[in-house]
Order: sequence, then C-alpha cells, then structure tokens
Amino acid sequence: MDKNMKAKPRIGDKAAKAVIWTAALLVIAVLVCIILYVLAKGLPVISWSFLTEVPRNMGREGGVASTIVSTLLVTFTAIVIATPLGIGTAFYLAEYTKEGIITRIIRFSAESLAGIPSIVYGLFGFVFFVEILGMGWSVLSGGLTLAIMILPTVIRTSEEAIITVPKSYREVSFSLGGTKWQTIFRAVFPSAIRGITNGVILSVGRCVAETAAVYLTLGSTLRMPTSLFSPGRSMAVHFYLLASEDISMENAYGTAALLIILIFLINVVANTAVNRMIAKNAKR
Amino acid sequence: MIKFKEKLSGRIFFALALSSISVLALITVFIVVKGAPMLGAVGGLSWDPEYGEFGIIPMVIGTLAVTLGAAVIGVPVGICCAIFLAEFAPLKMRNIFRPAIQLLAGIPSVVYGFWGLMFIVPFIRDHLGGAGLSILAGSVVLAIMILPTIISISEVALLSLPPHYKTGSLALGLTHWQTIYHLMLPAAKSGIMAAVILGIGRAVGETMAVILVLGNAVAIPDSILSSVRTLTTSIGIEMGYAEGMHQEALFATGIVLFVMIMIINSLAQYVVRKK
Repeated sequence: MDKNMKAKPRIGDKAAKAVIWTAALLVIAVLVCIILYVLAKGLPVISWSFLTEVPRNMGREGGVASTIVSTLLVTFTAIVIATPLGIGTAFYLAEYTKEGIITRIIRFSAESLAGIPSIVYGLFGFVFFVEILGMGWSVLSGGLTLAIMILPTVIRTSEEAIITVPKSYREVSFSLGGTKWQTIFRAVFPSAIRGITNGVILSVGRCVAETAAVYLTLGSTLRMPTSLFSPGRSMAVHFYLLASEDISMENAYGTAALLIILIFLINVVANTAVNRMIAKNAKR
Repeated sequence: MIKFKEKLSGRIFFALALSSISVLALITVFIVVKGAPMLGAVGGLSWDPEYGEFGIIPMVIGTLAVTLGAAVIGVPVGICCAIFLAEFAPLKMRNIFRPAIQLLAGIPSVVYGFWGLMFIVPFIRDHLGGAGLSILAGSVVLAIMILPTIISISEVALLSLPPHYKTGSLALGLTHWQTIYHLMLPAAKSGIMAAVILGIGRAVGETMAVILVLGNAVAIPDSILSSVRTLTTSIGIEMGYAEGMHQEALFATGIVLFVMIMIINSLAQYVVRKK
C-alpha cells in the first residue's frame, strides 16, 4: 500500500520529515559521541595486567581486578537473593491467587517501589544493614540493598512473562491429570523462562551500573574482597572516585570502557534470549 | 504424597510472596519512621546542618528546575525519535537504532555525568559564561538519560495503534505527516504522556549523573547558569557522614523524593488507564 497510496508530499510533510530525521540523527550522534569518546580513551588502557592486577596507590597505578571481583560478588549476591523471591512472588500473583486485596497491595507496592530513586535504597541500606544490623560496609550489605532495589523489577517482568503464557497450556496440563505443581513446573515455567531470564539479565545490568547505593553500602576499599563480609569497591564507584577526585583519568577511562563493554555484553545476551523466545513461539 | 507436595508448593509460593511484600513494606516504613520526626523542620529556605538549619526548599527548586530543563530538551527530541522509529526509519536503521537506545539506557549514569563534565560543562563555560556547572548542564545530561524511556514507550504506543487508522487516512488522501499529526499522535496520546511522565520520574530520581555537573551549591537559582543541588545529590553527598538530626533530615529528604515519585508514577498510571 505504501508508496502508491500516498498523496503528493507537501511542504509541511517535507519540513516535518526533516525535523524528525534531524532529531533521530542528533540522538545517534550523541550516543556515538559518548561511546566512542569513552572507548577511544579507555580501550588503550585495558590490558591483561589492567584486568588482573589489584589497584595500587589509590588507583593511580595497577589494574582494577579487585573492583571487578567486588562488582561481580555484589551483583551475584543481589541476584541470588532477589531472583527466587521475585519469581516466587510472580508465580504466587499469577497462578495461586485470584485478584483481590493482597494481589493489589503487592502489585501496587512493586509498581511504586520500581520507580523509587536508587539513592533512597542506598539511604535505607546504609542505615539499616550497615549501621543498625552491624554488617558494616560489606558485600552482603551491598548485595541485600541491590536485591531490594531490583526486586520490584524482577516481580513485574516475571509476572508479565507468566501471564503471557497461553491459557490453553494450563488447560491441557490439567485435563491430562496434571496437578497444579506439575502444571506450573512442566507447562508454564518452561514457556515463561525466557521472559523471566530477560528481566533478570536486565537487573544484572542495573546492579553493575548502580553507583550511589553501592557506594553507601559496599564501601570503597580497594582491597580484594575475601568473603561476604568484606567491604569492596565496585567498578562504577571506582570510576566515580577516580574521575571526580582527579586521581587518574587514564584508569578512570579504562574502567568506564570496561563497564560499557560489560553492559553491551549483558544487553546482547538479553536480546538473544528474547529473540530465541520469539523464534520459539513463532514455530508453534 | 502428591497432595502433600501440592500443599507444600502452594505454601512456598505464599511464603516467598509474603517475604517480598514484607521487604518492600520494611523499606517504606523504615524511611518514613526515620524521616518523619524531621519532616516538620525541612520546610525552610536555608540548609546548614552544622547550625541546625534543615530547609530543603532550595533542593526542591533545584530538582524542579533541572527536571523541567531536561523535559524541555528531552521530550520533543524523544517523541521525534519515536515517530522516526515507528514511521520513517528504514528497516536496517531501525535494527541498529533500537539496540543502541537500549545500550543508552544501560550505560551507568555516572558515565553520563562524567561525559557532561568533559563536554557540556566546558562548552557552557566558554560560550555562555559562568562556571559551567549549572542547571543547563544538568538538564542536557538528564535529557539524554531520559531519552531511552521516552523513545521506547512512545514507540510502543505508536506501533500498537490499529493499522486501519493509517491505511484509512492515507486512502482518504491525507499525507503521511498529516496522518501522523492528526490521527496517530492524538490516538497514541495516553501512551506518549505516560512515557513523558515516566521519563520525568527518572530525571527526578537521578543522582550520579547530576552530582558531577550541577556544582551542588545550596542556593536558590536565579538563572539557568546557576549552580544548584537536587534532593538526590543532597542525600548522596552528605549521607556518608551525617548523624543524628542531620541524618534524619536526609531521611525526610528521602520521604519528599518518595512522595514526588509516587505522585509522578500514579499520574502515569492514571493517564494510561484513562484510555
């Protein structure tokens, strides 16, 4: 239908089209500018020793190994805590209850808390975990804080994925004599797993990128963390401190480039997961 | 045995849901309890914790100013991009643009702040005067950061319109742009509004990107080149060493932020549901 049905293009059309193309190209230009700038300055810094050496002299020398380990540990802790809680809650909401006051309360609080600024989570984590519970700055404090931060997102994306599983799957399972548990685990869960995974992967990205909340709860020591109770410094915090206190611009760029590469990889994994899900559904 | 398993699994899911909701309730109650005592004291114009002055009005103004600036820049550009993606972009460009926008959403906010410090701040200092650390710099950085939210949600709103809107309008002889402007945009209005409101919510809540480019002066701004401090940066800067009343005042700041975001999100939900 496209070209043949279109009326004569008028001046207004051309002007509007020009404005829209300009806006789109502008956004691409800014994106390319930010990414190329960081990569151009940062990639030359990244080397095997940058990745494997512990920072020395406040981060002026050496690499970023301990910040990579801290980032991974705190993210892993957050995911391990938030994933079962979030997915379990989503299944409860979608499969076990009828719409009612409880579901509405859970959904409302999840929706409200999903938009709360991360600094507020940091504030809470700092006073509650670090001070009141006496965990100090530690992987555990940081992980718990991040877990609470991503919990609303995990609940929402998982519930979304579960709800979109066609009703017929459940009906067939029940009609074959399947119990509720069997239906959930053999019929619903396998179909929803991609969507759930996507939500979790995006949450991993948020944990890796988070700065303020992690700074307040994980601390900022450069030593290699050895247990759940050791403090540490995440890559994002390391970048912030190196850059804002003008300690080492070179290493700051290196860290930022590493972060962008990491986020890019996380996005690629998430997209592949979604595409495979779409392809799988299309086959059916 | 099967019955037992059934019961047990139901209980487990219930327990998980209960834990989630208690955790979410805990954080809300905790912040309210911690901040409530100082909530009456934060209405002033002056913030000087050493002298017991805890007025957060300058920070509220700072937050509103930077957010408004970000919206003024980011909203038109974002909506144009959404129209571009939904209507104009060649398939190949669309396939590059979409993941690029997603990447834009994932980049740590502190990297944006730093980029702003390296590019935007010196540019403002050299061409517009002042220190460069300003509302304007913060607005530009935040405008870029809220683009992914605005673009992706508006694009979905445009794409989910029934195709006969467009085909019918084109068949009646309207041009492509007339169709977009007079039919598609009004029809997708609620989705686009929600996108804008959620983008604004993101701008209000952002900390690290603005901490680097605003200058963080506690003062009521007199121009867009003034340095300001937002509610979020105030917490971020002072949390590490605040004690006693000072800490409670930061929690009260947290409550104010909490309420602002709740209002913004409820507004977004209301707009979507009204449809």
